[in-house]
Amino acid sequence: MIELQHLSKQFGGGSRLASVQALDDLCLSVPEGCLFGLLGPNGAGKTTALRILCTLLAPDAGSVTVAGLDVLTQPRAVRRLLGYVAQEVAIDKILSGRELLNLQGDLYHLAAAERHGRIAELIALLGMEEWIDRRCGTYSGGMRRRLDLAAGLLHRPRLLVLDEPTVGLDIESRAAIWQVLQQLRDQGTTVLLSSHYLEEVDALADRLAIVEAGRVIAEGTPEALKNALGGDRVTLRVREFSDAGEAARVQALLQDCPGVRQVVVNRSQGYSLNLVVQDGDVIERLRHQLAAAELPVFALAQSRPSLDDVYLQATGRTLMDAELSVAGLRDPKLERKQSMR
Amino acid sequence: MTSATPSLGPLQAVAAEPSAFAEIRQETLALTRRLFVQLARRPSTLVAGVLQPLIWLVLFGALFANAPEGLLPGGGSYGRFLGAGVIVFTAFSAALNAGLPVMFDREFGFLNRLLVAPLRSRSSIVLASVLYITSLSLVQSLAIMVTAALLGYGWPGAAGLLLVLVTLLLLVFAVTALSLGLAFALPGHIELIAVIFVANLPLLFASTALAPISFMPTWLGWLAALNPLTFAIEPIRAAYGGAFHLSNVVLNAPYGDLSAATCLGILAALAVGLFLAIRPLLDRKLT
Repeated sequence: MIELQHLSKQFGGGSRLASVQALDDLCLSVPEGCLFGLLGPNGAGKTTALRILCTLLAPDAGSVTVAGLDVLTQPRAVRRLLGYVAQEVAIDKILSGRELLNLQGDLYHLAAAERHGRIAELIALLGMEEWIDRRCGTYSGGMRRRLDLAAGLLHRPRLLVLDEPTVGLDIESRAAIWQVLQQLRDQGTTVLLSSHYLEEVDALADRLAIVEAGRVIAEGTPEALKNALGGDRVTLRVREFSDAGEAARVQALLQDCPGVRQVVVNRSQGYSLNLVVQDGDVIERLRHQLAAAELPVFALAQSRPSLDDVYLQATGRTLMDAELSVAGLRDPKLERKQSMR
Repeated sequence: MTSATPSLGPLQAVAAEPSAFAEIRQETLALTRRLFVQLARRPSTLVAGVLQPLIWLVLFGALFANAPEGLLPGGGSYGRFLGAGVIVFTAFSAALNAGLPVMFDREFGFLNRLLVAPLRSRSSIVLASVLYITSLSLVQSLAIMVTAALLGYGWPGAAGLLLVLVTLLLLVFAVTALSLGLAFALPGHIELIAVIFVANLPLLFASTALAPISFMPTWLGWLAALNPLTFAIEPIRAAYGGAFHLSNVVLNAPYGDLSAATCLGILAALAVGLFLAIRPLLDRKLT
């Protein structure tokens, strides 16, 4: 359904600004009827890739096709079959939700009868009856997001693209949106969503791609990606907050324990230790070894590999660390300017 | 939340392509309707747009009410003279604001919503602004004309009224093109408002709205005789002056005499020229 080939995009590079390589040879293929998750920290290039896909931005290099149509040369045909729910919901505060949907329907050239019927369906589906005739300016974040989703679905797109659809939403709105996305997929719509929430991608996506620094670094079903890692994960804390010295001592102690494949010190989590162990009763051996060395145990937990482990394996850091490392580096104002036409 | 409905599935059969005209009409009317709904719920621009020229008319009219007889060419009261200027000023100020809604749509990302939609022609976005601002400025100008008539400053005859409307339309097209161009060229609404603010009054003073060219120092007379507002004011003033003909000389410019027809021709050329001039910019921003 979607083919992104060798996409590159650079921003800035003017006299005052350092240039940013938002996309760096990004390749991605989304099969038809798939609910596909694009996972990555803020600033990984997810939004840029989606904006290119939705004809809002031209890449510096590379090719994009949707359902066999070239996005760069046949943008209008592509726009007809895709619905786009942007990250920052742009709604007209003065209009009511229903008026906005009617406007959207006209922009997609729906006939009046079809438009009204479709709007009524979506109002019921997304639970918007109570407030749809109030002005959009009075809506909460969850209401705005639901309205925006309805706008994206109005023309029955074959492909729905959502950029961080549940950021900052209440649990109820998030559940409502997840449910609709699953229904859509079940009924044949291809859904592509970006997210930096592991659990969202894990819960929803049939397939996912991990995006880091403008490239896809891992791709597959969540299960396959987790299974490919192999082994179990063990998180060990000898104290609630340890220090570098102690962590290194414990690391050295456990490194050679039979069944332990890898021991990594996680500095951002109070110098806890992340172990990869072979399946089985390694935990007991660890306990004995720690007791023999007279080390306390604050927490010791075993789990199957998670999506975060997949991320860690692929990038060398956890998603949370990746988020924190870019948190101070981005300039929202500048990014908004760049997205302005 | 209701459970799954079959309606969620994508549309498989693609209907035959409707005519381009029907699609452009649908999207343009929808976008225009949005602007009018905004106006109806936030009428302050409409009110201010009528109030400001009204204040000009009343205060300026009063200021020079006791000017010596025969001061103005062709006699007549100052209020009568001022009327044409204020009507044009009203239409001009309204059209100058045409770019503001577009600028806000750019800034708040609403334009992206329009650009993701399969618009038949993205000129619909521009066309909607032109339709909206044209009707708005004509309504405001008519309100001023009625007020001027009530103040005893006269009313053009039927033919005169037609000339007034055509003149205003041409001016509004030209200024709207300029404003829309600025809305896409400038980085934000602060800059756009600043340009509007700075352009507004000097263009009024450097025109024949408040005083005839014969009153002005030579340099200002030249400026006024090159000012597009003057080319709109003088035909309207002639229409208010009673029987006239398009070939009548309405402006004694330092570089020669201009007829009403010439003034209208200049305005039309200006409107077309400005739309052609901003086209590359619109194409760049909208594709």
